Amino acid sequence: MATHQNSLEWRASVREIRNRLKVLTERYPIIANVLIIVLSALLGYFIPYLAAEPIFRTEFNNPEQNFILMLARAGWYSMFALGYALVFSILGLLNLAHGAVYMAGAFAGLWITANQDLPIEYALPAGMLAGGLIGILVDWVAFLPLRARNAPRTSQLISSIGASIFLVNLAFILFIDQFNAPVNRFPAEKVNSIRAFQGTVPIERIEVFGLTLIDQLDYTVFPMQVTMFVVAIVMLIFLQFVIAHSKIGKAMRVVAYNPKVAQLLGINVSLIFAVTFFLSGAFAGAAGVLQGMFRVVGPFMGSEVGLIGLTVIVLGGMRSIPGAVVGSFIIANLQIATIAMGYSWLEEAVVFLALFLMLLIRPQGILGEPLQDRA
Amino acid sequence: MLELREVTKNYGGLRSLDSVNLHAEAEMITGLIGPNGAGKTTMINCISGLDHPTSGEIIFDGHSIERTPAHRITGYGLARTYQNIRLFNQMSVLENLIVAQHSDGRATLVEALFFLPSHLREYRQQRERAFELLERFHLMNVKDAPAGSLPYGDQRRLEMARALATNPKMILLDEPTAGMNPIETHELGEHILQMKEDGLTILVIEHDMSLISQVCDEVYVLNFGVIIANDTVENIKQNEEVIVAYLGRED
Amino acid sequence: MEFIFDLLTPYGITENTFQNMLIAAILGISIYITLYAGLFSLANAGFMATGAYVSVILTTRYEWDFLLAVGAGIIAAGLISAIISVPVLRLSDIYLAIATIGFGEILVVLLRNFDRIYELIVNKEETITGGATGIKGIPVITTTEYLLLYLGIVVFLMVRLHRSRFGRALVAIRQDNKVAANMGINVVYYQNMAFILGAMIAGGAGALHGHLNRIILPENYGFDRAVDILTFAVLGGTTTIIGPIVGGFIIAYLPEILRRTDLVGLLGDIFGTDLGRYQANVRDMTVGMILLGVIVFLPQGIASPAMWRRVANRIWNLFNPAEKSDA
Ligand SMILES: Nc1ncnc2c1ncn2[C@@H]1O[C@H](COP(=O)(O)OP(=O)(O)O)[C@@H](O)[C@H]1O
Ligand SMILES: [Mg+2]
Repeated sequence: MATHQNSLEWRASVREIRNRLKVLTERYPIIANVLIIVLSALLGYFIPYLAAEPIFRTEFNNPEQNFILMLARAGWYSMFALGYALVFSILGLLNLAHGAVYMAGAFAGLWITANQDLPIEYALPAGMLAGGLIGILVDWVAFLPLRARNAPRTSQLISSIGASIFLVNLAFILFIDQFNAPVNRFPAEKVNSIRAFQGTVPIERIEVFGLTLIDQLDYTVFPMQVTMFVVAIVMLIFLQFVIAHSKIGKAMRVVAYNPKVAQLLGINVSLIFAVTFFLSGAFAGAAGVLQGMFRVVGPFMGSEVGLIGLTVIVLGGMRSIPGAVVGSFIIANLQIATIAMGYSWLEEAVVFLALFLMLLIRPQGILGEPLQDRA
Repeated sequence: MLELREVTKNYGGLRSLDSVNLHAEAEMITGLIGPNGAGKTTMINCISGLDHPTSGEIIFDGHSIERTPAHRITGYGLARTYQNIRLFNQMSVLENLIVAQHSDGRATLVEALFFLPSHLREYRQQRERAFELLERFHLMNVKDAPAGSLPYGDQRRLEMARALATNPKMILLDEPTAGMNPIETHELGEHILQMKEDGLTILVIEHDMSLISQVCDEVYVLNFGVIIANDTVENIKQNEEVIVAYLGRED
Repeated sequence: MEFIFDLLTPYGITENTFQNMLIAAILGISIYITLYAGLFSLANAGFMATGAYVSVILTTRYEWDFLLAVGAGIIAAGLISAIISVPVLRLSDIYLAIATIGFGEILVVLLRNFDRIYELIVNKEETITGGATGIKGIPVITTTEYLLLYLGIVVFLMVRLHRSRFGRALVAIRQDNKVAANMGINVVYYQNMAFILGAMIAGGAGALHGHLNRIILPENYGFDRAVDILTFAVLGGTTTIIGPIVGGFIIAYLPEILRRTDLVGLLGDIFGTDLGRYQANVRDMTVGMILLGVIVFLPQGIASPAMWRRVANRIWNLFNPAEKSDA
């Protein structure tokens, strides 16, 4: 009995701390996010470090390099997962077509640079615009009719799978049509012409508070990787800022709380849904373009990141936008650590194992509220 | 028959039930009244196992049930109805009454697969019992209609019949007359009294004082999760605190 | 059997197509039973893989009798589902869907790397699942008769289930699991049983399918397969047993429909591309469209008796305007 009472008290105090933290993160989103990122990154420095250092240190497998790889990955995943989490937190629905939107953004960026011969600077805005518009289209076709008749959430899951398969295979046909091949690359000379991507960044030593993070890097950092990370951070902060301070962000929060109440308050709920899907799609499109420049663009490029992004938001808490970033860092760390230890063939397995275990242990995710089950 | 000892239920920071003590005498009708949001439905959910109290004890017919899963509580002989009718809408009226006899059945899938006589016999018995209930609650002429298509009054009666089909010793009724006119309410009161005659223990939650006056032997008053009074119907009607908290609101 | 194919070949249903249709129908039923219990699970592709790999390894490596191996495949799928059902079925709704997607992906990765893991543990190099290239040279033992027999058994099982205490409990759970619990139904137990039953049906389908095409690959049993299986049930509908059978038949027959209607050529003309080599993608695109269209416009599926009754009524009223004013 006494222990029961103790555990109740303990839980209450944990809840209290969580609530206070929540209030703080809502009041100072940017500071909170920067803190989250710095903490995750520091953690992410030591995990691959510990994993790689003792046994496997080689020219291609050293903690400094792993750290940069991890940051790039985490940036890529968060950019993708932010949109995923945004839609879930506002509408409470899981949009499995998000990977297809990511692919569509990359495709649009590729198309205007490779086929329309526009400068590479246009790729990112084009990808974001295309992603945003296709995001809205997916909402109209796959979700709106179901919302209108109050269909169960699983129906929305099914229709988004349908939309995803359709988009991916349509893109396949378009790829064949435009490039005579199912995959293509951004023109190398154009990618290399971007100043931020040029050359190598000479990093010799990075210290934070006297702690040496990177020392004598005998490895050339692809500026691309750093860019990926920086763009992701900028977007995250932008999104948090919009939600916290803009008028439309406030409306979004009301809609997330209860669309009917929002309607009564005179908020244009349809507009908010459209904005949500546009933002979500634009983020996915941006991630697609950047990653596409780094690797290749193809109709199926979204399926892998789609499942990883799903894991990311489950880990972080599906309703939590900072959670998407936390989840991204965790997954990136896990993957890089696995690779560093020499088990690169388990790179996917750890992701899904993490997904599975998280759902069993704490389905609401790290930063999520407990799922409640009304009698 | 049913006893609640210091039952408390919290939802997050909200305390829906606060150290509730309640005793429902066997073969009697106990009433529970209180304003909206007082925690009456929460109490029924805790007793019937759809929810579990944060602390306290619930004893039913000698079993401690505060952590027992719902289906087992039904097996001990406790049945309930719902404030917002919750029938199996796509099933027919008859099927609703047959599925409610689940705990009494033994037949396994294997017996059904091989058409074993035990399976057939059990099904026949359950149908017979269902027909008795249809007769008693005047539902015979709609027995094959989907439950969801029934008029409101029929649905209320079907829900009560379905609760009885589980073969209970005690039944919990959550606002059984919600949305009924005075004549229907009175008729339902007769059904409730009939159940008492048959030896059932009853706990009835109500808003409507006329039904409470018609059927109850004893009444508890719940306000903001706290029992503020416990007495006979006549005395409750005189009780100052109750009038302020609850009855006064009505006039 | 011959006479069946004489009947079907004019419609482009070769023996191979017919076998695929039967497998699809069985898989459709395997997910139908879980949906019937109110569980949205996408794990059946994984259970199919379990049945396929276990039975194929037994027949090829250990030279087991075919039927025994199929039985072992069914039991293996049942065992694995029993193990994962306990933790997984505490989840519901989209969380269950995600967890089962995760399970399927883990299984595919495991199959792809089974030999390496085996080597790590036993310290002996051996080819068991054959990694990403799969198991090749499997004897073709499954016949149309076996498939028909298995489908028959499964359908019989389902029909009897509908009329049993077990089946009624599942219907109650699907409609309102809380009320079902108050009716004395052990919701967790019945959902577990339905999940395991679905897994065993899928495991058997996998075992039969494994001995049909000479080769099995981990990739055959991934997310795409899970979506295919889901499509069978969604297209046909899950209110009656007819639904998943009809859905499975149509989707398995789809490539032939596309060929006959020459949708591939048509799309190729529109885009000015030769899509001849990419039939599979046109087929997938159509599946996506079907999934989306059915869930939006025909949520009960195309084999829903209620819908057809409504359609029939409307047609009836069209020809008998007098009836309407009577009613
Ligand atoms: N599952 C639940 N989660 C959170 N709060 C709940 C839940 N069920 C009931 N409540 C709250 O508990 C209080 C009592 O509700 P209820 O028992 O339904 O009252 P009554 O039936 O007396 O009208 C209300 O404030 C209600 O909002
Ligand atoms: Mg109530």
